[in-house]
Amino acid sequence: MEPILEVESLSMDFGGLRALNRLDLKINEGEIVALIGPNGSGKTTFFNCITGIYNPTEGNVLISPPGKKRERINGLKPNQVTEKGMARTFQNIRLFPNMTVLENVMIGRHCRISSGVIGSILRSKATVGEEKKAVEDSYGVLEKFGLSGYVNDFAKNLPYGAQRRLEIARAMATEPFLILLDEPAAGMNPQETKDLVQLITRIRDIEGISILLIEHDMRLVMSLSDLIYVMDYGKKIAEGTPDEIRRNPVVIKAYLGEEAHAET
Amino acid sequence: MIKLEELKKSFLVSVWFMFLTFPIMVIRVNPIEKVVEWRWKNILIVGAGSFFFSFLWRYLLLRRETGRKKMEAGEIEKIPLSRRILTEPKMYIPALVCIAVFASVFPFVFSIYQINIMVTAIIYVVLGLGLNIVVGLAGLLDLGYVAFYAVGAYSYGLLNYHFNLGFWAVLPIGALLGVVFGILLGFPVLRLRGDYLAIVTLGFGEIIRLILENWNEFSFGPSGIANIPRPSFFGHQFSLHAATVYIYFLMIALTLLTIFVVNRLQNSRIGRAWIALREDEVACQAMGIDKTKTKLTAFALGATWAGMIGVIFAAKTTFINPASFTFLESAMILSIVVMGGMGSIIGVIIGALVLILLPEYLRAFSDYRMLLFGAILVIMMVFRPQGLISNVRRTYKFEGR
Repeated sequence: MEPILEVESLSMDFGGLRALNRLDLKINEGEIVALIGPNGSGKTTFFNCITGIYNPTEGNVLISPPGKKRERINGLKPNQVTEKGMARTFQNIRLFPNMTVLENVMIGRHCRISSGVIGSILRSKATVGEEKKAVEDSYGVLEKFGLSGYVNDFAKNLPYGAQRRLEIARAMATEPFLILLDEPAAGMNPQETKDLVQLITRIRDIEGISILLIEHDMRLVMSLSDLIYVMDYGKKIAEGTPDEIRRNPVVIKAYLGEEAHAET
Repeated sequence: MIKLEELKKSFLVSVWFMFLTFPIMVIRVNPIEKVVEWRWKNILIVGAGSFFFSFLWRYLLLRRETGRKKMEAGEIEKIPLSRRILTEPKMYIPALVCIAVFASVFPFVFSIYQINIMVTAIIYVVLGLGLNIVVGLAGLLDLGYVAFYAVGAYSYGLLNYHFNLGFWAVLPIGALLGVVFGILLGFPVLRLRGDYLAIVTLGFGEIIRLILENWNEFSFGPSGIANIPRPSFFGHQFSLHAATVYIYFLMIALTLLTIFVVNRLQNSRIGRAWIALREDEVACQAMGIDKTKTKLTAFALGATWAGMIGVIFAAKTTFINPASFTFLESAMILSIVVMGGMGSIIGVIIGALVLILLPEYLRAFSDYRMLLFGAILVIMMVFRPQGLISNVRRTYKFEGR
């Protein structure tokens, strides 16, 4: 079976700085893959490259969504990438603060519905039906994420953990086959992190969506991931299962530095 | 709650003011009689006045602070009166009926002068609602909005002069030209936001005005176009008074249409996309919204209203020249939107009526008009930065769950 996301020797230059250096990565359907590495190693740049926010200098990003043809997606705009079925969240929460929780999720539905200006003004039958369905669907997503109590609240008034969940819910509303989470557990307390682990597992097991995540919380990464990629200075320095990564001397060196001798 | 501390601060302010204004308020040199007059009475007035205003200011700020703290603590769940009027049918239906009756009898009760002022105010209501799409909903700060207004006005003036086209024929053409120019402006500024966008749109507004002013062969330059016919009614031409009343009702109808359209748009797929664009451009794109298309529709739809109103403006004044389309107009329309409340239809309507009618009826204080205007804007920004009436998002109920 073909991997649903395949990245081939992806490079990204900012002027003279090579932020990503010939990176390869593969995700198979139903996998949870983690991308780890010290700060500034290029993880978020990698996310931005494959979601179309940056246009990579070299390399290929190929997707083969379940039931669809394999295609190359680098050079597409972010909204086109989302339309193809890759949705993401952000490292620092980027909700729409002055919109209600439901509207935030409905924005996620935007690319799956199609009413235009004229239809909205005349409120044609098709538009009304579509709008009603979008509301229903969005509410359904909120229910799944335990956010149905907040439906009409402004997103900015939600507690931190709920905002993180809402961001994932919004991404889920775009009907992705792969969801990219950029440090989903940042700033969460242990209980919230535990809930998040459950949530991510549920997304994979019940919704059947593959997940690529960036995370610093090693306990979360080790317990969740099927496969871990380790980056340092824009390069991939290791890949493997959690057990392999834990024992990999190169990884330990990257995290703890040259001189340190990690206990073996 | 009046603390000694506050009194002391206000006292210091008044002392400082007395010191500052001492040379101009107290000393007066009389060069003819070569004496210095000491007007000690003035300093008392300055002192008392500055003490009073400083204290009032402090008191209001304090009150706002405590109010906010209580709100945050959840002690009071107070719904402001304005919100209640808007949401409770028991309150807004009588209000609507009153407004409707007032609006329909207005031109038969008041003089032509009053009707003209009202028409001007309603013109700004619609302009404000149009700009509200661009600034209030999509969050694109457009300082050149008046350019589209000029496009509409000149399309009527010129098409009528050269081809003898009537008002009703030009009205849709004006709207269409508005759309074209909106997109024309939209394309180069797609990548810009915030201050940069404001500067480019400001430049665009000036370009249009300067072209109209300097391209004599095309637009008759600063002398403008005169004798533009007033709108007709199925070929029937009205007298001056009847035509004014006619334009008044035309404007009322157009306002209703605008409210209807904007109201439907802002709770639709495209309206949500505009608001998302305003809130966070990166996230909005990452959620699958086509930024290009969304921005262009906002510019185009905003410009449509300006184009249409431009045609009506030309028909109302029967004379247009570039002096009617200066940056000051854009600034005025923007103030209406900001003061009324960004994204709020009612807010923009009230904002337009206040900002246009107030100066008219304050003619008695014409010397201090700008001073008052400035003071009102500053006070608004401190006490109600969200505008007179802040926008309320639609709420949904899910029953049986």
